[in-house]
Amino acid sequence: MKHLLSTADLDAATATEILDIATEMASVSGREIKKLPTLRGRTVVNLFYEDSTRTRISFEAAAKRLSADVINFSAKGSSVEKGESLKDTAWTLQAMGADAVVIRHPASGAPHRLANWVTGSVLNAGDGTHEHPTQALLDAYTMRSRMGRLDGLHVAIVGDVLHSRVARSNVLLLNTLGAKVTLVGPPTLVPTDLNASVQVAYDLDAVLPQADVVMMLRVQKERMTDSYFPSAREYSRRYGLDGARLRRMPAHGIVMHPGPMNRGMEITPEVADSPRSTIVEQVTNGVSVRMACLYLLLGGAR
Amino acid sequence: MARPTTDESNAPVQQPAGPAPTKIVISAADVSRVLDRIAHQILEKTSGARDVVLMGIATRGVPIARRLAERIHAFEGVQVPVGILDITLYRDDLRSSSVRAVGRTEEPAGGVDGRKVILVDDVLFSGRTIRAALDALSDLGRPAAVQLAVLVDRGHRQLPIRADYVGKNIPTALSEQVKVKLVEIDGTDEVVLTTGSKGGTR
Repeated sequence: MKHLLSTADLDAATATEILDIATEMASVSGREIKKLPTLRGRTVVNLFYEDSTRTRISFEAAAKRLSADVINFSAKGSSVEKGESLKDTAWTLQAMGADAVVIRHPASGAPHRLANWVTGSVLNAGDGTHEHPTQALLDAYTMRSRMGRLDGLHVAIVGDVLHSRVARSNVLLLNTLGAKVTLVGPPTLVPTDLNASVQVAYDLDAVLPQADVVMMLRVQKERMTDSYFPSAREYSRRYGLDGARLRRMPAHGIVMHPGPMNRGMEITPEVADSPRSTIVEQVTNGVSVRMACLYLLLGGAR
Repeated sequence: MARPTTDESNAPVQQPAGPAPTKIVISAADVSRVLDRIAHQILEKTSGARDVVLMGIATRGVPIARRLAERIHAFEGVQVPVGILDITLYRDDLRSSSVRAVGRTEEPAGGVDGRKVILVDDVLFSGRTIRAALDALSDLGRPAAVQLAVLVDRGHRQLPIRADYVGKNIPTALSEQVKVKLVEIDGTDEVVLTTGSKGGTR
């Protein structure tokens, strides 16, 4: 594996290998010395063109736990504001000897372009409305560790599917790993041209009793350029997850959210803070999964 | 490098064209006798295996460590905790091959802090595996002392490392391979010496 750009590039064996290695990495995170010498002397650049807290910190922690050197580059306050193109920035990173570039970019496909310009590995940390593969991997890891399996699991992905790179990456990966996916949301926010084998539903209450996992998506205000739904309150009443809806789920069912949450919008505090919610676990697991990805990309001969 | 990779260890040994010069250097019965002796030596050198834990180095060090623990229990009734050490992430040659699979590391019951840790491996060769194992072990805790037990010492050390318990010293040429087979993994107990083929990779 040279780059991690899309979960569509992962076959079941590779995806499972990443999850298995992440399990080992998680045991390192539980030790007193949370560090491995594995990527000593490698340089990882975090290239973030969009604001992000948890993904950037998670990648940084993952790289540092593997002893790689980390350079953080955020577009704000950098040469990008002076008008430097992505390609010129890529060459700069190349000249500095980056072994891997972790890129977050508002334009879908930017990581794919970057992969053609640099010799190192490229990890997609979210590109536009396209993909966010490490989020999907950490979600799969969380489901597997909570539910014990992925094959045959019924996962409902609820909310703004149209703008969600998390949803897209999850659909592709969960399909590969044998889970059954239902997309739920207002018709304006569920795409119609899906290639993957998923079901689509517009009534959340009808889906909940069969769902092992409910993944709530953030309503992305920054991408709401049209009026996709009449009002936040109406959205919240039809598609928000509250305590009453949570009780419609099977007793073993779990609630996930990629964060950051709009409490009171797509999820109520009662649900977000309940023991059925895996939101904090997802953050913890993110570091282990990203360590596994960095190891697979950088741990062998170049 | 002394460690076989995981894929390599399950695959049949590649033979060069022509007659395959392999020789059984330790038979099944001798493997058992050798382990009996090492278990007795451990008991003797550690005054009854008090505060001792065995750490098997994956892959073949693990069943050897378990067998030694069974024998120590049978001889003197002492329960010695067994752990697993996977040294993949500590290797110094990660960049010389494609990405290697990562195995499980399991701390022994009660941890390693303040205990006498005996590392257990199948073959001692360059010593680099043991170097990596010492690094891995120090990340798990701070043992009171560390010793090393191996089934076979084939020489050709590249680091200042020696074993405290040796099943058998087998003088070898660099071009030869020493392959330890164990019932738990390979279905049979024996140690085989192969001449030629891969030249000093083991």
